Parts: sequence; C-alpha cells; structure tokens
Amino acid sequence: MATEFNPHEPPEAEVGHAEPTRSGPVFRPNVDILEKADELLVLADVPGTQSDKIDIRFENGMLTIHAQVEPRQDDKTEYQLHEYESGDFLRTFRISEEVDPSKIGAEYADGVLTLHLPKSEAARPRKIPVAGT
Amino acid sequence: MSALRTGRYHPLAELRDEMDRLVGDVFGALPRTATQNLPYLPLVGNRPFPALNVWTTDDAVYAEAELPGLSEADLEISVMGNELTIKGQRPDIEQEGVKYHRHERGVGPFSRTVRLGVEIDADHVEATLRDGVLLLKLPKAEAVRPRKIEVKTRG
Repeated sequence: MATEFNPHEPPEAEVGHAEPTRSGPVFRPNVDILEKADELLVLADVPGTQSDKIDIRFENGMLTIHAQVEPRQDDKTEYQLHEYESGDFLRTFRISEEVDPSKIGAEYADGVLTLHLPKSEAARPRKIPVAGT
Repeated sequence: MSALRTGRYHPLAELRDEMDRLVGDVFGALPRTATQNLPYLPLVGNRPFPALNVWTTDDAVYAEAELPGLSEADLEISVMGNELTIKGQRPDIEQEGVKYHRHERGVGPFSRTVRLGVEIDADHVEATLRDGVLLLKLPKAEAVRPRKIEVKTRG
C-alpha cells in the first residue's frame, strides 16, 4: 500500500482546483502518515487556521490539503525576533486507489489536521481460513 | 502565484542583535549541554524549537510560537526577571500495529529560554493557546514604559 509523496507542486490541471489568488508565502506542512489495519491516518501540522478555512480534495488519486491562514501581525510590527512567517499551507499526496474516497473523514484540533482514509474492502487484511481434511 | 517554500526560513537573522544575546545561542551550533538535556531536539533548518516571533508595543512585549498538537497541559511557561522559558512535550501517538509511511512531525520534550530586551511585569503575563498558536503578552514593567513628557511654557 503505497502513499507516494509528490515533492513537486503538481500542475493545476492535475490538482483540478483554482489557483490560490492570495499573495504571500505558502508553506508545506509537516505530516505523519500512518498505516493501520483499516485505514491510513494523515496528521498535518497546520497551526493558525480554522476548519472552515481548510480545503481537502481527493481526485484522480491525489489528495490535496490547502489551509488558509490569516496574517496575525501587520507590516508595522516592531520585531525583536522574527524567526518565522505565517502563510497558507499547501501539500499534495498521491494516494493509492485502495482508499475508499467516499469515507474520508477530517478533523481539526489544536492546530493539527487529522485525515482518516479508510481502506476499501478489497485492501483490508483478510484472514484466510484453512479448511481441515 | 506564491512561491512554495519547504519548511520555514526567515533571512532577518541580524535582527537578533537588537535583543540581548539569547540564553543558549539559538542560531548556529547549539551548546553541548542543550543537546544532551533533550533526548529529542526538533530542528527546523538548524533552528531550535519552537521558532519565536517577538515584538514590542509601548506597553508590552509579545511572543508567539507555533505549537501544533499541544494543549495547555503539555506546556510550561515561566518568566524569571526578563527571561522567558517555554517548555513542553509533544505527545507521541505510539500505537500497536501501526506502520509509519512518513514521520516528519517531531515528538518529545523541548525547552527554550530567551532573554527579552526589557524588564517585564512577571505577575501580569497572559498566555493564550489557540489552534496551535501560543501568544504571550508580557507587560513591560512600569519603570520602562515610555512616558510622554509634557512641555510647559515658561514665563
């Protein structure tokens, strides 16, 4: 069961949604991808957004996460230390066809987006009973 | 179309000289003791965790850090003199029978201390944590707040 990460931003046609029109930096969130017996779990660090600002699309085997982040300081801020910028989050994954797309669930809490990608029936591990003679 | 950046980078490293030198130099090599104390020290581009933005107004110093996946119970924030320490632990999600395809999100303990440039009223520090963003408001001590001096005409 492979989930390949596509390190290159895919062409818009492949992703299939409108190019983001907001200016400003865009960041690639850190993720964990875990495989359990019945599902894949994707956890993405996307602090500073809200559940209604997160767009998740799954099409043609590509899962795209796009979270809008409002700037929290303005241009006039007098920084003593400025180690990071805020900006939208965007990342795309190739997900194998063994995921049932109609059952993908998502929740957002404490700045972490959790995606549940249930495996389709065919992909679940099966115990094969062995008949005796 | 915005540039897609991996991780985070800010080129204004020279701004740190405006602040007093940070306790435990955070740019470049970390002192030996710091890495020994922490079994896991997540680094983002050779910078310590968490990355901080610190700014001032007339009345207060503000510090912000992105700490996704942490709740109040995972954090310990303290102020001593004009030193701010943010300590915490990102919980692990170790589970039985789980296989990682990707494991980029750091886990484990962290601690960072910075020296703020001004004296702080430690009794009135406010901290809020929302959607993984920690915001601290550290009011400046009365003595260091800018005062308007009224000019009276003479004669």
